[in-house]
This record gives sequence, structure tokens and C-alpha cells, in this order.
Amino acid sequence: MSLQVSELRVHYRTLRGDVRALDGMSFELGDGEILGLVGESGCGKSTLGKSLIRMDGRMRHVGGRVVLDGRELPIADDRAMNDFRFKEVSLIPQYAMSALNPTRKIRRMVGELLRSRGAALDAAELERRMDQVGLPREVLDRYPIELSGGMKQRMVMVISTLLDPSLLIADEVTSALDVSTQKAVARALLGFRDSGYVKSMIFVTHDIALTHHIADTIMVMYAGRLAEKAPADALVKAPRHPYTRLLVDSLPEVGVRYAERRLEGIAGSPPSLLDPPPGCRFRARCPLAGDECAEEPPVAEVAPGHHVACWKA
Amino acid sequence: MMLRLDHVTKVFRIGAFGGRTVTAVKDVSFDVAPGEVVSLIGESGSGKSTLGRLILGLSRATGGTITFDGRPARAGKDYYRDVQGIFQDPFSSFNPVFKADRVFAMIKESYHPGVPEGEWAERVRTALRDVRLNPDQVLGKFPHQLSGGQLQRLLIARALLLEIRLLVADEITSMLDASTRIDVLNLLAELKTRGLGVLYITHDLSLGNYLAERTIVLREGAVVEMGPTGDVFGDPLHPYTRELLSAVPRLHEDWADAEDPGTCLYHERGASGGLLEAAPGHLVACARSKTC
Repeated sequence: MSLQVSELRVHYRTLRGDVRALDGMSFELGDGEILGLVGESGCGKSTLGKSLIRMDGRMRHVGGRVVLDGRELPIADDRAMNDFRFKEVSLIPQYAMSALNPTRKIRRMVGELLRSRGAALDAAELERRMDQVGLPREVLDRYPIELSGGMKQRMVMVISTLLDPSLLIADEVTSALDVSTQKAVARALLGFRDSGYVKSMIFVTHDIALTHHIADTIMVMYAGRLAEKAPADALVKAPRHPYTRLLVDSLPEVGVRYAERRLEGIAGSPPSLLDPPPGCRFRARCPLAGDECAEEPPVAEVAPGHHVACWKA
Repeated sequence: MMLRLDHVTKVFRIGAFGGRTVTAVKDVSFDVAPGEVVSLIGESGSGKSTLGRLILGLSRATGGTITFDGRPARAGKDYYRDVQGIFQDPFSSFNPVFKADRVFAMIKESYHPGVPEGEWAERVRTALRDVRLNPDQVLGKFPHQLSGGQLQRLLIARALLLEIRLLVADEITSMLDASTRIDVLNLLAELKTRGLGVLYITHDLSLGNYLAERTIVLREGAVVEMGPTGDVFGDPLHPYTRELLSAVPRLHEDWADAEDPGTCLYHERGASGGLLEAAPGHLVACARSKTC
């Protein structure tokens, strides 16, 4: 197991109390595994990604442990995490455009970044990796503003994996891209895993169809908790949690027309995480909800590698 | 035809002294009828949003004409009574210090000053219920207290109160969650049956396909292919359309690699000038300039 997260609780401090963005998340990630993390906005998926690399000032680690390659990640200690960031855990942010220093040409920026981490720039290796994602070498002598969105995104991908981190977190990296660029970026991520530049990856997105193409396992979160985690195919083809089923059913696919088949959204909205109701958090929107749902459902393994938190699954 | 674009071209001047030019829209002609949803599909930089802005009168075309009901489309109160636009980011479309009811009160002041208060309040509530919002939950709230889906629906309700006939929807669902997105799309489809024309601008092919009767594919400012949605998606004639379709991630299939571009239908049929009408209403551009 390259990553083990157990009972992780992260809260946001607000004037009205703590927002329980992550309320007891446990999961494991194997070597070479790509985990797709999906859910609605506000379900805690970005919080999970962030808490594994850097908690911002509003975030508070309330409980739980994170172990990466047998070493515990000191996620609550901003300074101690410095030894891990970029070398062991790395992040590709959602907006690559704001991740690059606009006043430096790319080559100089990469050099400065590596020096700050006590590593030297291996120009040949950098160019080889750029070739792999289809970036021309001239890019190194350009300013970020001279690159297109997809090129910037791929450049940031190359930079953030230069030191071969064990865990890579890709946070909504394809959301702002066109379909053809999206495909190129997603394939490049797969290539990084296959070439061993990163050992395992968490791919945070709200696009289930895209996740299905690159992830080995998909994890669905709902209101700060795990709803379902299963091998990608099983999750898409035979989802067990009612929320996952509704989510998969609401996807418009090429070929589905309003006139022929009307897709339905999920009525209602997720509960406030300021003071979440007891029991199953999907209860109020769930078509199957019954009396037992007033009690919190445990995460159960219903098939090998298929975990569901639902009484009805 | 309600909205008609005739050989519309838009050239931007860029650089320090406007020395260089960029042609954002090249010779585009199409129309939108009442009760019809036309989707405008293209990648970033294809000129789809520029077209939306031209239609809304937010910028002036360099060449060609845009007419609405036979009259030139000009920014102004009369035009905006019929035509409204909604954009991608609902959070920046609202004045953050105005509560939702004030947004509606402003419409009354400028467009329906004669309507009595009580009747107007009833109209607002009806419009909100039409977009499936609970009036008591949204009125009296500031924009930051509402979700993206609620704000986007508020904007549609606002447009409905104006009794508009054409809606230019520019990427209105790209910030929304999968389930909310479907609610907004279903709402548009319902309004369409009441006679609202919609120009649905998007880069998401499956969303355009779900809603639209007709589809227009843009590349670098020019129309590559247009026609009934079923024909364009089911039997794409231009290699670029095929390439786009193959890049869409699908749930139950693997990514297909773009197939061989094939021969250029346009040249095969000996067409020249403008688009070739390959089948009734299904028009395609020459593929040779790029891929043949």
C-alpha cells in the first residue's frame, strides 16, 4: 500500500462554528493505482486533495492519520510537511495559468524551483518528459503568457512530477480544457504512471466519464464522507449506492436527446456541513431511504474492492 | 426567421497600435427560429463567444448583417426586451450588494413601470416557480448566499420576466454540478416548447447534443459543419467534427483514436464558394485547407 488514510477529519473554522468538510474518511491506495475522486461541489473532494499536501490557515486537522510508503505524513504541521512536498507528494493545481511565474521564462523558473528544493536541473530529463507530453522544446524559452491553456497545463504537469513523487494529486486539471486537449492531458497523466514518474495518483474531478477512462478505482464522496469506492468499471456499470446511481444516470452522453430520453437531476441539495444531521447524509434526497437510515451506515465491502456506505446496498 | 446572421465577420485589432489583426469570426451565416434550440459548438478560440457578443450587441460586426425580425440587431432597450444573454459565471453576473428581489424590482422600473406592485410580486413568484426555485428561499438573499445553480436559474427567471424571445446562453452550465446541470437543461427544453428560441453556446458536445435541434460546429471563426443535430452527430461529414466527437470521453466505451480524415466531400462534389449542402439542411465546409 502506498497510501493509507484512516479516519481523517478536517474542519474549516468559521465564525459560526466548524464546517466538517472531511468527517472520517478512510481509504487505501495501492502502488501504481490511479484513484478517481468524484462528487458534487462542496462534498469535500478538494479538501481531501489539499489536506494531503498543504492545509491553508482556515483548515484544522481534527483527527485521523495519513501514512505514505510506511511513513506518517505530518499533515497538521506545515513546516514538517516541507520535507515531503514536491519530493514525496506533489500537486497539479486546477488553474495552471496562475501556477506559473509570469515574469520568468519557463526554463529559468524550473531551475529556480529545483534549486529551492536542493535539486539540480537535469535538462535532458526535462526535455524527454516534455517530448512525452507533446510539448515542443521552444516552450522553455517562452513566458507563460505565450502558451495556450493546454500547454500551460501540460508544462505544470511536467514540473510537478520532476522529482518523481510517490503521490500525485491532480485537482480538476481538465475542467477548463476543450475535449481534445482534455484527452491529451489525461493520456499524459496515464503516461506518467506507466513510466513510473509517479507511483500513485489521486485524480479529483466532477466528470465521471473522464475519470472512468483513466482511473483504476473510483471513489465517490458525499457531504464529507465516503459513499462508494470500487474498481472503475464496477462503479460505472453496477453502482450500489443510490447516490452513485443517480449521479451516473444524470450524465448526458453523446447520443442522448431530450426529445427521446429525459435525464433527471437529483432533487434537493446536500446538507450543510456546519451541523450535519445524524444518520446517512444522503437520506433527505434518497429515493430508497427508510427507518434504518437514521443511523449512520458503516462502510462495508460488498465485493472484492467494492466498498459502499449504505444500508440498502 | 427570428434571428438571422448573414455573412458576419469580426476582425479585432491587436498589438500596441492595433497594427495586427485577428479574424475572430469569418463569414458566418445561420438563423434561429422561435421555439428552436441551436447549439454552437467549438473549442476555445473558435469565436463562439464572440458570435454571442455580436448577437447581443455588445460589440459591432466588422462585416455582414445581424437582423432580428428583419430589423438590424442594435443594443438598446427595445432589443433587450426580446433578446437576453446569460453567461458562464453566475457569481459575477450579480451585483453583490443587491438582494435578489432588488434585481427583479429593477426590471419592473425600467421595463414594466405600469404594472401594479402586487401583480408584479405575483409575476416574480410565478417566474421563480417556473425555474423551480422556491421564492421564499431565494428572495431576500444576497448572491453569495445562493448556489451556482440557483443563481443561474435566477438569471433565467429574470429573462423570463422580460418576456424575451431569444436567449443567448453562453456556457451557462459549465460551472454547475452534473445533477444541477441537467435541471437547467431540462428547464431550457421546457421553455423552448413555449416558443423561446435559444442559442446554446458550449464546448461540451454531449450537452449541445442533448438539447438542440440544430448544431453548428465552429473552428477558428468559420463554420465547419452545420445541420440537424442527429445528422451532425450521427453522420459527421467533416474530419474536424469526427475528431472532436472521438475526443469526448464516454462512459461505456474506450477513447477511439481519430480516424483517417478520408477524402474531402467538398471537392468530390465539385463545390466552390461557401458551404456545400451535402444533404437537406446539412452543410459542410472544405476539409482540404487543413487536413486533406
